[in-house]
Amino acid sequence: MSEIRIQNLQKRFADFTAVRGSSLVLESGKFVVLLGPSGCGKTTTLRMIAGLEYPTGGSITLDDQDVTYLRPRERDIAMVFQLFALYPHMGVRDNLEFPLRNEGVSRAEIDRRVQEVAAILRIEHLLGSRVTGLAGGDRQRVALGRAIVRQPKAFLMDEPLGTLDAEFRELMCVELRRLHDRLKTTTVFVTHDQNEAMALADHIVVMNEGEILQADDPHGIYSFPSCLFVARFIGRPPMNLLKVDAPVVRGDTGVRVASGTIDVPAVEAPSPSVLLGVRPEHVRLRAPGEGSLSGRVQHVEYFGSHWVAEVQTGAGPLKVLADKSVRPVLQEQVGLAFDTQRVVLFDAATERLLPSATTIAHQPSMRHG
Amino acid sequence: MASISLHGIHKHFGDIVALTDLQLEIADGEFFVLLGPSGAGKTTTLRIIAGLEQPETGLVRMDGEDVTTAAPAQRDCAFVFQQYSLYPHLTVFDNLAFPLRAPLRRIPEGEIRQRVERVAATLHIESKLQRKATALSGGEMQRVAIGRALVREPRVYLMDEPLSSLDAKLREELRVELKRLQRQSGTTVVYVTHDQVEATTLADRIAIVDAGHIQQVGTPEEIYEAPVSVQVAQRLGSPTINVLPAGWFAGQHPATTACVGIRPEDVELAGENDGFECTVIESSLLMHHVIAEHAGVEVRARLMQGVAPHPQSRIRLRFPAGQRLLFDQAGKRLAA
Repeated sequence: MSEIRIQNLQKRFADFTAVRGSSLVLESGKFVVLLGPSGCGKTTTLRMIAGLEYPTGGSITLDDQDVTYLRPRERDIAMVFQLFALYPHMGVRDNLEFPLRNEGVSRAEIDRRVQEVAAILRIEHLLGSRVTGLAGGDRQRVALGRAIVRQPKAFLMDEPLGTLDAEFRELMCVELRRLHDRLKTTTVFVTHDQNEAMALADHIVVMNEGEILQADDPHGIYSFPSCLFVARFIGRPPMNLLKVDAPVVRGDTGVRVASGTIDVPAVEAPSPSVLLGVRPEHVRLRAPGEGSLSGRVQHVEYFGSHWVAEVQTGAGPLKVLADKSVRPVLQEQVGLAFDTQRVVLFDAATERLLPSATTIAHQPSMRHG
Repeated sequence: MASISLHGIHKHFGDIVALTDLQLEIADGEFFVLLGPSGAGKTTTLRIIAGLEQPETGLVRMDGEDVTTAAPAQRDCAFVFQQYSLYPHLTVFDNLAFPLRAPLRRIPEGEIRQRVERVAATLHIESKLQRKATALSGGEMQRVAIGRALVREPRVYLMDEPLSSLDAKLREELRVELKRLQRQSGTTVVYVTHDQVEATTLADRIAIVDAGHIQQVGTPEEIYEAPVSVQVAQRLGSPTINVLPAGWFAGQHPATTACVGIRPEDVELAGENDGFECTVIESSLLMHHVIAEHAGVEVRARLMQGVAPHPQSRIRLRFPAGQRLLFDQAGKRLAA
């Protein structure tokens, strides 16, 4: 069990600041995903935790031990780069033993651990096989086995699934999560892929331009994005954002959008200029004249299980995710109804989430600063 | 604009049979998608329509006219390949203008400029027109390649996985753009892909192709709602349709039922004494799915809930009788 604590962490490369003053507590035993576009500072943060880069400010503690400037192998943390890296000329058993032989672990202990890892990953029957000729899924399991056989305090993974094809990536996501549920080793996983993040994580840390924008569980990130960037970054299609026509004050339970009124959870703070955010699955198509906003269907995509309709409204285009039985019709006039409890508001100037009855009732499950 | 008809097409390469007795009727102005895994014969079909391959037997007609032996140029098809093939030494503008400057066309330079600029605007590459083709990103290059087909206003567009080399975001944007363009121009498009999302979102009709045969032809909804076989049912839909052992529903279906298909969005959360107990393997709020396991069989459900159930937790799922598709031992759908 091990808690990683990052305090006011900074990294500057010449005149470029990769990470600006991040503070974060990574709880022991959690699967934490650092998510963001390329260049957001997520890999640099991971490399500082690993000891592959030293910070230019701040500190990192592992179980209350300051490890900020310790070398990587002094930290008892395993860095997993890409999961497919195996020694092709060695057998499965040798590949699993290799990380231990270098550390002077006794023969008996090596045998015991390899056997245990093979059992966890269900590859006992492959221990005598060669790596070449293994099926893809088995290869990945062996590669995972190599990472866990050392029993480090934490796993650090930098886009480990990045080079795999889509089908395989899904398979490995399930495998990784299963492994984590069994071992409960603190894991920090870097990716730019929101699907991976949402499927794997206990906690997600969204970063952009060197800053932590939000740290919470998947439900918190998805339902209450801390700012416009997160709202636009997470979700496919992303959250709809509509311009609100009038200022809001504390206690408001409705906002003016394109000369209609949309019900919202009670507003907790005033704002002169507001955007309304709603996910495509929380808007419903209605007959013209019904609902709280109207528009015309200008594009329709069929996905089998559902439709995505793009509706042109007086406040801009809005995407609606509709049940497969709905069948939106191109060019048709429609009414739009909103799930009041799912609507959020953002302050247009600060771009931050505006507190409301639903957002203040939600407790983020992670501490950051 | 043109209708296309393929009749009794056979094609083999050495010992490999690519297409056997292929029949296809594509209507004028239709967006027609050939969907199938690699090696199914999709690209070969497209190349036979273009005149780049000759079938051993069979007829190719365009607008009723036999073009089986006609040269590619006479057919007036614009081809977009999977890998952009641009002239590296030319600018984006000249790459786009190239098909219009063929000596036989005699299009005035003013009109060429107009058409190139219009297409560039549609594909959001207006600002790149003076760049060398090699100075573009992969996504931009593929847009130029698509643009080069669009400037020509041919009778038919033939597209072979034109979006597969692009990243997800760009692919989504261009998908919407392509569909809009086709709807405006009304030109016939024959589009090859292995991506089911491209197929259902773009197509007026889809042909499911496998091993040189057409398994089913229909609108995306027809194929999704009424697949003729398990194989076709599994070809459309994400997550994939659940295929459950008939034994789970003993006595409820005809004896010839070998397996029961049900779409993930038709699976429902069940109450205490209803349905099947399943262990959650994975769940995602973003994808709105839960993958769970019952008796060693993976069950996929599309659930629009607010909080995703945690892996290893137990949930009960039911499979409403009215939504089940029944298949026999050979995988064929039982007549309803």
